[in-house]
Amino acid sequence: MKFLLVEDNLELANAITSRMRLDGHVVEHAENLADATAFTLTSEFDLILLDIMLPDGDGRTFLKEHRASRLDTPVIILTARSQVSDRIGSLDLGADDYITKPFDHAELGARCRAVLRRKAGTSQSVIEVGGIVFDAVAGKMAVRGKPVTLRNRELRLLELLLNARGQVFSKQKLSDRLFSYDEDVSENAIEVYIGRLRKHLEPSDLSITTLRGLGYRLDHDA
Amino acid sequence: MTHSLSISGSLRNRLVLTLTGGAAVLALVLFFAIRNYTTQIAQQGQDSILNAAVTSILDAASIRDNIIEVDIPYASFSMLSTQSDDLVFYAIYQDDTFLSGYPELPLTNVTGRASIFQTALYRGETVRLVTAGRVLIGTQKRTQIRVVLAQSQGELADTLRQISRTAALFGAAFFALLVALSYWATSTTIGQLKRLTTSVTRRGPQDLRPFVKPVPTEMAPLVTSLNSLMGRLDHSLSQSEDFIAEAAHRVRTPLATVRSYAEVTLQRVDKEENRQSLRAMIRAIDESSRAAGQLLDHAMITLRSDHLERQDIDLVTLVHEIVLRLTPIAEMKDLELCLHGDSNVAYSGDPVLIQNAVRNLIDNAIKYAPSEGRVDIAISASPRIGISVCDSGHGFPSAEVDTLAVRFKRGTNADGTVGSGLGLTIAIDVAKAHGGDLVLSNRPEGGACALLLL
Amino acid sequence: MRIIVALVLWLLPQVLVAQEWQEQQVFGAPETQQKLRIISSTDTFLFAPFVESFVSRYPEISVEYLVSETADIDHIFRNDPGVFDIVISSAMDLQLKIVNDGLAQPVANVAIPPWAQWRQSLFAFTAEPAAILINRKAFAGVSSPQTRQELIEALRARPEVFQGRIGTYDVRQSGVGYLFATQDARASETYWRLMEVMGALDVQLYCCSGEMIDDLSDGTIAVAYNVLASYAAAQVEVKDAIEIILPSDFPTTIMRTAMVSIDAPNPEAAATFIRHLVKVQSDPQQSDYPLPPLNGQGSTRDRATITMGPALMTFLDTLKRRRFLLEWENAVIQN
Repeated sequence: MKFLLVEDNLELANAITSRMRLDGHVVEHAENLADATAFTLTSEFDLILLDIMLPDGDGRTFLKEHRASRLDTPVIILTARSQVSDRIGSLDLGADDYITKPFDHAELGARCRAVLRRKAGTSQSVIEVGGIVFDAVAGKMAVRGKPVTLRNRELRLLELLLNARGQVFSKQKLSDRLFSYDEDVSENAIEVYIGRLRKHLEPSDLSITTLRGLGYRLDHDA
Repeated sequence: MTHSLSISGSLRNRLVLTLTGGAAVLALVLFFAIRNYTTQIAQQGQDSILNAAVTSILDAASIRDNIIEVDIPYASFSMLSTQSDDLVFYAIYQDDTFLSGYPELPLTNVTGRASIFQTALYRGETVRLVTAGRVLIGTQKRTQIRVVLAQSQGELADTLRQISRTAALFGAAFFALLVALSYWATSTTIGQLKRLTTSVTRRGPQDLRPFVKPVPTEMAPLVTSLNSLMGRLDHSLSQSEDFIAEAAHRVRTPLATVRSYAEVTLQRVDKEENRQSLRAMIRAIDESSRAAGQLLDHAMITLRSDHLERQDIDLVTLVHEIVLRLTPIAEMKDLELCLHGDSNVAYSGDPVLIQNAVRNLIDNAIKYAPSEGRVDIAISASPRIGISVCDSGHGFPSAEVDTLAVRFKRGTNADGTVGSGLGLTIAIDVAKAHGGDLVLSNRPEGGACALLLL
Repeated sequence: MRIIVALVLWLLPQVLVAQEWQEQQVFGAPETQQKLRIISSTDTFLFAPFVESFVSRYPEISVEYLVSETADIDHIFRNDPGVFDIVISSAMDLQLKIVNDGLAQPVANVAIPPWAQWRQSLFAFTAEPAAILINRKAFAGVSSPQTRQELIEALRARPEVFQGRIGTYDVRQSGVGYLFATQDARASETYWRLMEVMGALDVQLYCCSGEMIDDLSDGTIAVAYNVLASYAAAQVEVKDAIEIILPSDFPTTIMRTAMVSIDAPNPEAAATFIRHLVKVQSDPQQSDYPLPPLNGQGSTRDRATITMGPALMTFLDTLKRRRFLLEWENAVIQN
């Protein structure tokens, strides 16, 4: 997916960008409202992440102008303020959702998916490989033309493995991505989800290989 | 926080003292004024009777065969009889020759028929004297008849005593009336101050609105400075709110940076030892940001609770919005958020407060519910308007379910339960602000239930 | 100074002795500490019962009772007020003037109505009308006159019967006679007509009521005008011979009065006497003593006792008296 991150704090912007690129997203960064406007005029984005306090103005002003110019790119606001005080204002001004700093990137991903699902339903980032069609945003998958319902964690696990085919993921790494950090997760929880995915993928050319002591890897058998 | 005031006298006492003192002076002035005035009138009364008597005596004087005759009318002395049996003295002179009566009475020269009044001491008695004369013209000569008539002043003294008593009574009554009036006036004046004091005392700690009720002119400066003081206080309070928000912003932004980098790093590091540290770091960041958020929320809620602004809202719409907002988080755990109940429950309350309370309850439920479970949210209009949030987790520890609510009500939740504890506190505060309550229970089939009664 | 006082004290009895009294009597034990000296116009026989009861009730007080004519009392007392404790007289005007002239002292705590006292110094203790006394024999077969007018007519009708046989006070000598005359004259012109009629019939003039009653009872005179009824009523032996008529046209009622001298030697005993006198005489039912009570039968307040007040002094004025006596003499003394 392609994101526009509007954030004046460079360090935070770098951190967010690095983190999102890990998930295979394309991220453009604008430091101020002027740059952000320039970006929206020249390229198309799946989603805009917008900070509120910016050096050349309030993010909400941008939001207002953005909506006025009939651009319907969904916007998620990044805020460091209290949830109570900023919430209603930003939603009223047309933001699709907001997330409070600091945030869990898993939550950000979940919110992005939710927003995109609500918006258009379809996305450009549909992956077709080895007999499956996978739409991460819509959370849909078809195996050999037959739709399969995936649970959220199965979906995220598959997305993770699909975006880095042939790469080995340790159980720990997978667990860190699927569960929140305050959850106590046993190692065989991952095995449960791997087991489920294997079952869904059986008719396709894709398979999950267990590398004893190292982890798992998605392979394309063809 | 109570400082001992240095008290210098009492406004009421000072007022009462001043007014009573004034009243006493006025009463005395009234007493003497009445007494003097009526004394004059009484003296005039005696004078006019004396004058009538002396005139009637003079009228009875005649010359017959060159002999002066003064046939004193019986009525002349009769009219001088008084309740106090006053003494009567008289003397009749022809020119300077004494004719009859009391020769020792002082004789004054008179011309014409004008009477001359004097007060003198005669035979040990204070007497009022009138001297009048009349010229008689006989066949051979003209002669002047002079009559001195004196009356003791027993009656006048009696009258004066009576008048003094009456005047004293008047003065006392006047004084009593003035004292009552001054007491009333003082009470009314002090009452204004008391009312102001009461309305200041009744206010909540955050109520810093200016006083708009009408006050007497004299109190205007006080109220104006009070209002300006509260204005400054309000300003500095909102400044401190801004400061908290700014501080949160300043802290949260670097926290967000650190967290993002930590996640990135966690993806890249393989050594389990380092990964443990990074996870702990992320957890600490989450914990502190959540605590900061809830503390700030709690402060906001306390502020709003103190003067509740009720609006007509539909609880279902409101809760639905929250559910939508929290769905992505629930989905991460493959949790289902189920909204039950009436399609529409009208209520008058503070939407921001209720939203916050409900969000905290659902947050807690999401946190404690097991993966792939469900959270039931039900809104009921009767028997009482309430929102219940129930999860399918382990429920509240059975030993604590009864004490939890009490503990939070008392606000003694300082024992490390920052995360969920403050959330419950917020819910309780909101419920109380709306005149309701928070009821915690465990479902028989398992799972915790929080019922927010409004 | 002491010598003078001693001299005066020594001389005092001589003065008293020198004075001729109509009557003089001492009541009570002569050796008592407090000796009251009363100068009175009331005949001893009328007053003795009261004084006797007084001295028996207050044995520590003895009373010397001296009787004189009202006008004389005035002179005697004014000359030496320090010799007497109490002055009793029926001449209200003279008595009132004594008080007005400051020769009496007030007595506290005397239970008496205001109209019967003056300045708490002069106390009335009887109410006595002046009466027309007639000898029953002289009016045998003729209706007795009830008013002054009827008296005039009766006198005119039978001048032969009444020539030289009418008596009244000589107002020039008698204080109480003068009071009656002036009050009568003040009340009605009838008085002067009566005087003229009486003058024409050669009226006999008396100093005192006692002699008048004596002459009336033995028939020397047939009519006595303006006599205190009490005297006649008190003399039981003359009752059959005399008819007492209280004129119904207008009554002249005097009050006998008592006072304590300003220089009374025994003021406390005197005050006791006055209080007792007033108390006894204020009871309208009292019948122990011959004097009529203050409010007794036939002398109610309606009978208009002469008002005690400064007006009483009017006829005592030298000029006024001179003029009145002149008129009186013109009417009465015609030969």
